[in-house]
Amino acid sequence: MIKSDPQFNQFNKLHHFLSIDGLDKTTLTHILDTAEGFTSVNDKAIKNVPLLRGKTVANLFFENSTRTRTAFELAAKRLSADVLTIDLVSSSTKKGESLLDTLRVLEALQSDMFVVRHSDSGAADFIARHVAPTINIINGGDGQHAHPTQAMLDMFTIRRCKGDFSKLCVVIIGDIRHSRVARSGIAALVTLGTAEVRVVGPQTLMPADVESLGVTVYRDIDKALKDADVVMGLRLQSERMSSATIPSTSEFYQAYGLTPERMRLAKPDAIVMHPGPTNRGVEIAASVADGKQSVILQQVTYGIAVRMAVMSIIMGHGEEVREAEMNKE
Amino acid sequence: MTEFSANEVSGWLDNMQASLHSISDANDPFLMIGIRTGGVDVGKHLHSSLGLDEPLGELNISFYRDDFSTVGLHPVVGPSQVPVNVDGRHIVLVDDVLSTGRTVRAAMNEIFDYGRPSRITLAVLVQRAGHELPIRADIIGHAIDIDEHQHVSLNAETMTVSVGQKN
Repeated sequence: MIKSDPQFNQFNKLHHFLSIDGLDKTTLTHILDTAEGFTSVNDKAIKNVPLLRGKTVANLFFENSTRTRTAFELAAKRLSADVLTIDLVSSSTKKGESLLDTLRVLEALQSDMFVVRHSDSGAADFIARHVAPTINIINGGDGQHAHPTQAMLDMFTIRRCKGDFSKLCVVIIGDIRHSRVARSGIAALVTLGTAEVRVVGPQTLMPADVESLGVTVYRDIDKALKDADVVMGLRLQSERMSSATIPSTSEFYQAYGLTPERMRLAKPDAIVMHPGPTNRGVEIAASVADGKQSVILQQVTYGIAVRMAVMSIIMGHGEEVREAEMNKE
Repeated sequence: MTEFSANEVSGWLDNMQASLHSISDANDPFLMIGIRTGGVDVGKHLHSSLGLDEPLGELNISFYRDDFSTVGLHPVVGPSQVPVNVDGRHIVLVDDVLSTGRTVRAAMNEIFDYGRPSRITLAVLVQRAGHELPIRADIIGHAIDIDEHQHVSLNAETMTVSVGQKN
């Protein structure tokens, strides 16, 4: 672990959760194991645990997102934290207040953790470097860079449905280039020792350096799907691409759409995943998204336990940092 | 280091079994819940020797501990499993060692998030000194008088108990 990695504090403990990059297999496995413990909270009449009682979690959403925001909100509430959700898309940033000014105001409101969603790559990292040292940051998605909690809930879903990563072939289909979900997902799959990670999509939607991430690139979806254990679709990110990148959504569906016929090429017990929201008839057929092999809704449910795990792990090192800060004064 | 053999520990379990037998009531059968991990190990022995019908519940109290803000999250040892409704039931809560009482407090808080039991009986394999809360066991396999610098641990594989100095 590199000292300058902003995710770790001076005691080398995970303090922010910004990206899968820089995290080792032990750290990722610890998150998955912790999430496993949280899956049972829904069995109780009272679904909360008292872990973050008295703490305040602020969701800072500079970019619209209903499902991620709701999942973070629910995760924090299940941990008994107080939750503020601040919609910054239509707030003071529009009135000309700088990001740092906004941060100081939120610090003054005595929040303990910020969950940051932003359309600029690197926004969560920037905030982590400028925030008071006792505050924890979680990246809830930044531009085309990273979406690490989505990656971890995907890993959790795969581990629960399929088990050992070292025996699995995972295929990621579609707009790899604009997708922070794909970027973080690939990093997590590789770190966890997945036997084979394949990516497939049109050349215009492939990042230039994609092989260096440890994946095999396919152009032909039928070849890519052969004997796959896990098939991950991605949303075609029309808002992040110029109109010229693909000819049309119907042509995309013809060439790369996940249809029932294509799914037969994968192993019979393969699972289908998608981060949502799905564009039916664009990247995935409705009958596949709603089919027997689909675990898309399980991903949503597991997202709560995984986010509870990340929050409680990074907030569990607070005392050391507070003491170090007191000694400085 | 003092080591208690499997034979001795087996005798303690017999004591517990006899006490549990004497409080059992066919009209109001108790539901046994073990605290992970040591309490589940002890609970499994008692559960099978008493031939209880309902499954053994398991509590992972990591998320209910009172020291999160100072020491952070304790190792998570799998999810809690309480497969039977606890409302109105007599619960026998099982742990391996009772010392400060904080684990039992956390476990009781968790049980009350599942429902409202009519009664909780605390059964422990070993009760030692060091209470920090007004919590004492109702059923005790063996009481050990040792100081705060020593620790007691159960080896679940051999079902032996050792008492040694804390590191």
